[in-house]
Amino acid sequence: MSMTVAIKEKLGIVPLVEGNKSYKQVTEDILKPTESFPTKVWWTAFALALTVTLVDIGIIGYLMYEGLYILGINNPVGWGFFIVNFVFWIGIGHAGTLISAVLHLFRQEWRTGINRAAEAMTIFAVMVAASELIVHVGRPWLGFWLFPYPNERGPLWVNFRSPLIWDTFAVSTYFSISLIFWYIGLIPDIATVRDRTTNKFKYAIYDAMSFGWVGSNKAWSHLEMVSMILAALSTPLVLSVHTIVSFDFAASLLPGWHTTILPPYFVAGAIFSGFAMVVTLMVIAREMFNLKEYVTMKHLENMNKVIMVTGLMVGYAYSTEFFIAWYSGNEYEGFTFVNRAFGPYWWAYWIMISCNVLSPQVFWFQKLRTSIPVMFIVSIFVNIGMWFERFVIVMTLHRDFIPGSWALYVPTIFDYAMLIGSFGIFFTLFLLFCRILPVIAAAEVKSIMPTKGGHH
Amino acid sequence: MYLPRKEQFHFFEETSSGVFGLFDEPEQILEAARQTRDKKNYTGFDCLTPFPVHGLDEAMGLPRSGIPWITFAMGLVGSSFGFGYQYLTHAVDWPLNFSGKAYNAWPAFIPVTFEMTIFMAGVSSALALFFFSRVPVVGRKILHRDITSHKFALWIPSSAPGYKEADTVNFIKSLGATDVTVVKG
Repeated sequence: MSMTVAIKEKLGIVPLVEGNKSYKQVTEDILKPTESFPTKVWWTAFALALTVTLVDIGIIGYLMYEGLYILGINNPVGWGFFIVNFVFWIGIGHAGTLISAVLHLFRQEWRTGINRAAEAMTIFAVMVAASELIVHVGRPWLGFWLFPYPNERGPLWVNFRSPLIWDTFAVSTYFSISLIFWYIGLIPDIATVRDRTTNKFKYAIYDAMSFGWVGSNKAWSHLEMVSMILAALSTPLVLSVHTIVSFDFAASLLPGWHTTILPPYFVAGAIFSGFAMVVTLMVIAREMFNLKEYVTMKHLENMNKVIMVTGLMVGYAYSTEFFIAWYSGNEYEGFTFVNRAFGPYWWAYWIMISCNVLSPQVFWFQKLRTSIPVMFIVSIFVNIGMWFERFVIVMTLHRDFIPGSWALYVPTIFDYAMLIGSFGIFFTLFLLFCRILPVIAAAEVKSIMPTKGGHH
Repeated sequence: MYLPRKEQFHFFEETSSGVFGLFDEPEQILEAARQTRDKKNYTGFDCLTPFPVHGLDEAMGLPRSGIPWITFAMGLVGSSFGFGYQYLTHAVDWPLNFSGKAYNAWPAFIPVTFEMTIFMAGVSSALALFFFSRVPVVGRKILHRDITSHKFALWIPSSAPGYKEADTVNFIKSLGATDVTVVKG
């Protein structure tokens, strides 16, 4: 925090913002996308994402009208793509919180370049995840039944002893706290956009969005404190959310699900997939919006290191699971895992292993972890692998205790549409965010820049 | 014992009437804040900056924010509410037997209790921040457009006991401000 420039130079610590910028230049660089007409690339990407979203909304409407039977779910596979997508997206969200909260508490200054985009990713990913949940209940207009409001049916209360209700509370708390954390950081930057515009209409909109922030230090001192508090609250929160998601599985009595390893394994997997998604997004965003001096190779390299470490953790969890299944001597547990690796869904299992465990190993070499094409490809692989991890877990259902009821899950076109549609919603929101709001936390970047006096 | 003090809940006061000067570097505003604080008769002065300047709280004589007290209290409210709600619905209002589980199955109530603690603590901290920052306000008059980008402003309100327009303008100029403006409400 208080290392002087001279000491940093001696230690070979590279500056987090390259190019020796002034505060004014930082403002101009970061706010540029919000102040210029979108490029062709942006319009193309946006049009594509929006089309997918609109088609998806249409399909959701049809799904409501027709009912969930048009999906591939059956008995015994009662959970399909919706749950896979839900766990996948909520996991993606966790990296944003990790970057903004945990790295905030550890005073990792390099997070300032990427935290805004990562938090935005969290919010949008949780929104997509929640939409999967709401649609999969079948009658979403009764979705409010999930909340324990006093009603005229007794009142009949929700069952608080069920992990599915814990999930409702965990996801809604996670969404609210992440949204507040993100927006509190955004307020000063929105005020900057407001103060730089000459357009009256734009001024009015950004004035309302900035809540009338003027940058008084009396407000800053509270804002700094609240950021710290929210970081401290989000850290256990993010762990609790994926733990509770894993309880949806672990608190059941199925072999392969009913294990104590699931909570830490899910949390590690969530961080792993989330960081991969941040790398994917930041590689594209820094290219598109010319932000290479703010999202430097150092940022990307650090993230790749996190990907490698969490990838190893996930790999360790896979092998522990397998070992314990054998070591427990429980034949149902043993069968489940052999069936995962060599049963009808063997290909999903081995996609998972090769994408999640093998592909991040390239990051042992500095040359490869600082290569944009390599990290981009690996991050895509990890995203695919982590989706398949959840698929493998959910597909445990296809062979239950009675061989007579065994059945395969064959996704229909509507399952695939929901999967593709979830990406459409996510990218529509993310692209809008990139145009409307500063992608990099300008105020925070300025606060870590070296000053003339040598401290900050 | 460490107890909350009134000064910890300092809040933004509208910059409607007074004088402000602009500085270019964070060091300058730090020094300016220190000298203004030492003057003693410019109470209620404020510094407006594009980012939180490290050390400015001490320079201005602002104590540590008191919001953690609110967080703590509301966290307790959240956890008692969360647990109490589950206990009252499941053990008192309508006890239902689900596979022989206890009515007051307190370990099963912990996740929701925890989430309610975090929710209440987080939301009320944010509301407290909004209250002390006096936001949201639509159409607030801003002093200078560069303050949220790259300039640092020292503001002395006309309500300060030592305020005399000409003297105050000279004082701010003597601190090295590039641009001194009088604002009349």
